[in-house]
Amino acid sequence: MTNTIEDIGEASCILAIGTNTTDTHPVIGTRVRRAVLNGAHLIVANPRRIPLVKHATYFLQHRPGTDIALLMGMARVIVDEDLHDREFIESRCENFEEFKKSLDAFSLDFVSEVTGVNAELIRRAAILYATHKPSSLLYAMGITQHTHGTDNVLATANLAMLTGNIGKRGTGVNPLRGQNNVQGACDMGALPNVFPGYQAVVDENLRKKFEDAWGVDNLPGEIGLTLPQMFEAINSGKIKAVYLVGENPAVSEPNLEHLKNVFQKLEFLVIQDIFPTESMPYAHVVLPAASFAEKDGTFTNTERRVQWFDPVVPAPGQAKPDWWVTCEIAKRMGASGFDFTSTKEILDEINKVTPSYGGITYGRLQMTTLQWPCPSTDHPGTPILHTQAFTRGKGHFEPLTYKGPQEMPDEEFPFVLTTARSLFHFHTGTMTRKVTGLNIIRGEEYVEIHPDDAAGLGLKDGDVVRVVSRRGAVEAKALITDRAPKGVVTMDFHFSESPVNVLTNPAHDPVSRIPEYKACAVRIEKR
Amino acid sequence: MGKVKLWIDGQEVEVPEGTTVLKAAEEAGIHIPTLCYHPLLRPSGNCRMCAVEIEGYRGLPASCSTPVAEGMVVRTNTDRVRDFRQETLRAILRDHPRECIACPKNQSCELQELIAYVGIEVPYEAPTEKRFEVKDGGPFFRRDYNLCVRCGRCVRICNEVRGVGAIVFKEVEGRQEVGTPLDRPLEEVGCQFCAACVDACPTGALTDKIPKWRAEAREREDSFCPEISDIVLSLYDRYRERESKSSICPYCGVGCRLVFEVQDGEIIRTVPDPSGPANKGLDCVKGRFGISEFVHSPDRLKTPLIRKNGSLEETSWDEALEAVAKQLSKYKPDEVAVISSAKCTNEENYVIQKFARAVLKTNSVDHCARL
Repeated sequence: MTNTIEDIGEASCILAIGTNTTDTHPVIGTRVRRAVLNGAHLIVANPRRIPLVKHATYFLQHRPGTDIALLMGMARVIVDEDLHDREFIESRCENFEEFKKSLDAFSLDFVSEVTGVNAELIRRAAILYATHKPSSLLYAMGITQHTHGTDNVLATANLAMLTGNIGKRGTGVNPLRGQNNVQGACDMGALPNVFPGYQAVVDENLRKKFEDAWGVDNLPGEIGLTLPQMFEAINSGKIKAVYLVGENPAVSEPNLEHLKNVFQKLEFLVIQDIFPTESMPYAHVVLPAASFAEKDGTFTNTERRVQWFDPVVPAPGQAKPDWWVTCEIAKRMGASGFDFTSTKEILDEINKVTPSYGGITYGRLQMTTLQWPCPSTDHPGTPILHTQAFTRGKGHFEPLTYKGPQEMPDEEFPFVLTTARSLFHFHTGTMTRKVTGLNIIRGEEYVEIHPDDAAGLGLKDGDVVRVVSRRGAVEAKALITDRAPKGVVTMDFHFSESPVNVLTNPAHDPVSRIPEYKACAVRIEKR
Repeated sequence: MGKVKLWIDGQEVEVPEGTTVLKAAEEAGIHIPTLCYHPLLRPSGNCRMCAVEIEGYRGLPASCSTPVAEGMVVRTNTDRVRDFRQETLRAILRDHPRECIACPKNQSCELQELIAYVGIEVPYEAPTEKRFEVKDGGPFFRRDYNLCVRCGRCVRICNEVRGVGAIVFKEVEGRQEVGTPLDRPLEEVGCQFCAACVDACPTGALTDKIPKWRAEAREREDSFCPEISDIVLSLYDRYRERESKSSICPYCGVGCRLVFEVQDGEIIRTVPDPSGPANKGLDCVKGRFGISEFVHSPDRLKTPLIRKNGSLEETSWDEALEAVAKQLSKYKPDEVAVISSAKCTNEENYVIQKFARAVLKTNSVDHCARL
């Protein structure tokens, strides 16, 4: 997030696109609802009629995968109506004229045709976003999990820069992150292209810096493989061994059937986790890890806030914190630089090599929380990004062209399947499926189907159906609802009994490598 | 914003314009008893417990909803105010059951604190009204509206703070009662089971369902004398040591700070921490009710396992770590990959990527940011 969670309450207009935040980040959902109760306007753009819609001034129910058209259409309206922030564009941005030209392709008629949203509604929503400042834009996986997810994100940034809604209270481009420390894992360089603090591995000087800091030679300078690429490389026999910490790819990855075969090809798989997961049958060594409740350290939340936490209970059996296990393996491989005896010592090293975490020290975190960038111990942290300038200097307007989902419905697979998340479960269910009460409220997978489609298929509520895509088939009960429009069906991915990712399309965004979980073509068979 | 000067119980107080008399008194260290007031809510002024005398004002205005004014003279502890409070509290207590000793809120009940502060005797008489049935709050909490004092905090927090509006005030047999529209189950009226209502309730009307250990103990108690099980368990609970510890919720990216109540090394309850900078006293059903059971699940991995003759067998840390170190040493950098986790701490992710880069000499390290 460029801004803070609390800051959402300062907005006059909130545009929530591709995020069902009341179910996925309920406390942020609460902030949005409260902002509306206090007089803010809300625009919801989502293929599904999510709970936030009942609080919205405008609801734009666009077809899955048509976000670029919708956002560029809104930008076009704002420019045509002369509502763009000339001063901000002039002083803070570049490439506006090129961007403006790319808007020519997005007439309201075209946008309305592609998205399925009434043209007047798009026009009004665009005017509302541009005129009720400050405007905050929120998005989540509904924007990123597409083959053109990077372009979707650029489209949100274009819209915010166009209206000067960046770098001030109540504004911003605010991606809402789904996992408690997904921000921190990225910040710490658990990514194939960067060291901690987004320092590029291809940069020779930065490699030298880390070689000196870590006391090693020849750090690899080639960008490594992303998760989807790793599975391709395992399949082709290139990758032979995997060290897997706290992940459950046998439920979360796209095209699961294929993945199971892939795992069997590994010569050596180490799994380090708190529970036996669906990936375990392929493991050669399994290492029991301590859960968050049994260790200390820091997590970084979606607003870049670093918080220290202490253990609350002892770990069960012989389970150990992940850092201890990894250090032990490293030491037994003869490596130096892994003699840490506490998380504090690790954080001290992070402070030294990560400029944005330079001032986020153990001592300060015992008293307070800090938002990065925080380069020195006298720096107060940064609640709002880009207040004076963008990270790269000027904000670059990116001209965009329309791209839809890679797999469109056809005669054989006439429905679009989009995936969603339930309030009552989390990710692959490793944690929440262990909780009796949550399973009582929601214990199995549903396929949400529009009443008209259900009538066409002769389905009643609760009928078991087979959902079939080009990659596989799963069974689940039908839930007949008009939450999504005709032709669109929805499933979660919390239930390994109905593993929806057997169906999803592994086609991914060329830059971010995020798979297209939000749209693939399926057919529904009655059983 | 301008400052306003006023006198409370003879003490000069200066506060920003728009402050309520209650807040101003709080800042001056003067306690005014309250019941329907809650720091997360707009004042409603309906219980009258916080009544004070203000010179030039008619009657006894509610301090929680009266803004300060320049030169105002407030008295919070006169005979008239004390009498009024006692009468008001007696009225509130008239149909409140006298069952404190068996109540799950016993000794952490705001009503008990109020009785002690305001100074009234509560006669122990059998309740004459017929009892309502105790209702479920889904699988997570219980709703015993016999203990409700109609302060409205639950209804207001669900509406005002959570923006959900699952529960409402309605008239039942001529009395105001809290419930759901048409008495439908909470599951059907949009309840998110965040338990903000439970945490806002000053009495035992809304409480968490009994934790696991109590369910077992209860079975034993019931086999002796079920009539006094509630009392025995409530007394036993009070003498068990309970620690409160603070940590961060492991679910989504909001980073809610939670207070963990721990007994004998087991998390028995988690509640949102009002001082959490990201959540400010809020949480959701997963953080509130979805942590203890997975942390203490019997399915947790407790021992290292190693594959021998095709099946995973228990082993020592030493053997497991040696095997991993020996095997991983065999591969070239482009033959290995490391998958880290968005559930691990910053320190762990740091160590894991350092291991991949400095020891295995590969940049093929990634995690599930994309999923």
